[in-house]
Amino acid sequence: MTVTAPPKARRGGSMRRHQTRTAYTFLLVPLIFYLIVRFLPTLSALRLSLFDWNILKDTQPFVGTENYQRLFADEKFGQALRNTALYTVIGVPAQIALGLIVALLLNKIIALRGLFRALYFAPYVTPIVAAAWVWQWLFSPQFGPVNTFLIWLHITPQNFLNSPDQALATTAALVVWQNLGFQIVLFLAGLSAIPRSYYEAAEIDGANGTQAFWKITWPLLNPTIVFSVVTGTISYLQLFTQVVNLNFTDQGGPLGSTMTVALYIYQIAFGRFQMGYASAITVVLFLIILAITLFQLRFLTRRYDL
Amino acid sequence: MKKLLTLALGLSLASASAAPVTLTYWQYDYASKVSAMNDLIKKFEAANPDIKIKQETFPYDAYSQKVASSVPAGQGPDVVNLYYGWLPQYVDAGYLQQLPVKDFPTATIDSTYAPMVKTSKMNGKYYALPTSVRTLAIFYNKDLFKQAGIAQPPKTWEELIADGQKIVKGTPPRYTTLGFGIQPDGQDYHVLREVLVRQFGGQPYSKDGKTATYDSAAGAKAMTFYTDLQTKYKLGVPNFFPGNNSYRDAFIAGKVGMIIDGSFAINTIKDGAKFDWGVTTLPVLASNPNEKDNFGSYWVNGITKNAKGDKLDASVKFLKFLTSAETQRYWLANVGEIPASRSLAADPSLLKDPVYGPFIASLPYASSTVFVDEAGQRKAWVDAINTVLLKGAKPADAVKQAAADEQKILNSYYK
Repeated sequence: MTVTAPPKARRGGSMRRHQTRTAYTFLLVPLIFYLIVRFLPTLSALRLSLFDWNILKDTQPFVGTENYQRLFADEKFGQALRNTALYTVIGVPAQIALGLIVALLLNKIIALRGLFRALYFAPYVTPIVAAAWVWQWLFSPQFGPVNTFLIWLHITPQNFLNSPDQALATTAALVVWQNLGFQIVLFLAGLSAIPRSYYEAAEIDGANGTQAFWKITWPLLNPTIVFSVVTGTISYLQLFTQVVNLNFTDQGGPLGSTMTVALYIYQIAFGRFQMGYASAITVVLFLIILAITLFQLRFLTRRYDL
Repeated sequence: MKKLLTLALGLSLASASAAPVTLTYWQYDYASKVSAMNDLIKKFEAANPDIKIKQETFPYDAYSQKVASSVPAGQGPDVVNLYYGWLPQYVDAGYLQQLPVKDFPTATIDSTYAPMVKTSKMNGKYYALPTSVRTLAIFYNKDLFKQAGIAQPPKTWEELIADGQKIVKGTPPRYTTLGFGIQPDGQDYHVLREVLVRQFGGQPYSKDGKTATYDSAAGAKAMTFYTDLQTKYKLGVPNFFPGNNSYRDAFIAGKVGMIIDGSFAINTIKDGAKFDWGVTTLPVLASNPNEKDNFGSYWVNGITKNAKGDKLDASVKFLKFLTSAETQRYWLANVGEIPASRSLAADPSLLKDPVYGPFIASLPYASSTVFVDEAGQRKAWVDAINTVLLKGAKPADAVKQAAADEQKILNSYYK
């Protein structure tokens, strides 16, 4: 005997199938797009990295892992890698801490809230090139207002962007300043998602502000923080535009002190046309980012029960 | 069958030659160059009705990339404008055709062009020729000179230092006016390598250009002398103004007594400077006044491997036109770059010109560097200078490092 399902359920099934099909169709379009513009170039970079691929040469000989061996001996790559790590270590915690503080303050005020938000968000939408020029002027040892202020405080004027010891920190400060607006918006969204009733309940139980922050706000912001750490880390590992524009004639300088891996890849590839070697660095950078991201997702994500 | 094919080919070639040939010309986007070239193309097309020229331009920063990436694709222009420093790589890549010897005899080029043009002779052959050349000179602010009570622009480096010290204002690093606009990554590193090394009795490179020979006593003296301008004589600092053309912008703003810049900067300075300024030749050392040197550079026009058959013939015609005396004069008047031909440059009226004169007078003793990797070789020098200026390294050690870095680049090219 054949079992016939009730007609109602069958209709629901076909509806679900229909919805599923629609979902797959919509997902497929960006997937194909990503395959073509993201994954294919990534794979071809992997292939290129095994060749001595200079675009100005007739022949592009296969060299196996020679490009990767060259990486180990390349001091400039080592410097770029160290700098990139430094940018990340300075930048990510700084922008998260500052972002959280400002977001908490903004969350407290009612008057002029929109104005403050707009002011903090403005740097994020300012073109990086324009911002970089303004920073060059702000931090100029000769007539920059920052040094004028330092002199007023009886502190010796600093070289900032012209000093190999200070240029990286100054550049990182520019990036933090630019990203801060976006960071604040993220935290404000995260904060507004926390139900007021939790705080009210905590207040009734006699919790003070600090306790409420560490027991309610901080754990419930965890998804936002994880997102910020992961995306922030990736963006610092790919840092490029700010560095290029802060010292246009000696990019990554002075003395390579602001050089990042992404800028080094660009210089090797498009300044010196060594595509194979540049691809090898790209692959290494890709693996580093992948490893760090997986590590962060694994160890930062927490589930809290209240 | 074979005969038929030959016949068909012959017919198609014959019919092709009847139609006008269209050539594509590439150069980078620089307003006065583009409009001058548009006028020249009109003139050329009027004289050669069967040839059409299509000019395409690209931003300077992306130009080399654009040209290089068109090589493997077999696309791009028939006639192309290139920096002479890129030539070894492009000739090596088989991108440029050798200029036909019957149209451009090697001996004639050797004897009629400015000496530095020989840098673009490779294995005894020419692959490209310039319309104009550029040398370096000192631009000086006559108003600042007058205020400081200086009557004449400097003739020796010692005078340059003395004049600079009279002009400079402010306490380092808070300068308000610089005596000399020091800028290693501007034209200064060329001066150090091609001028100062020679004036201190050295040679920057071996004759075949394959060995960096400036790691010597002369090289160390040159590096000491140059870095002393900042550290000892306190004439100024690099990156005085923000931006890409820091020292030139600062000069135009009237904040710098002297800068060393190329003839290509003449029009920019003419348009921008709101004060009385002058030009004078690069200084010599008081102890060695007969050793005059300069750094020369130029952009060349070459014929790419894309030009074949009729297109090649048309390209040769166009290149002859671009390197003609008439075009060279036109280029000087409209772009401000000095003629590449010796006889034109020796024109007494040009030599007497207060602005062009000093640049032209330097032509006979200007040397060019054979770059095999222009970006990498510049970086080696700029970093060496910066280790002295920013890290207090010994000039001799810095020169040694530059020579080692540059030699590595030369070796990987000539291997």
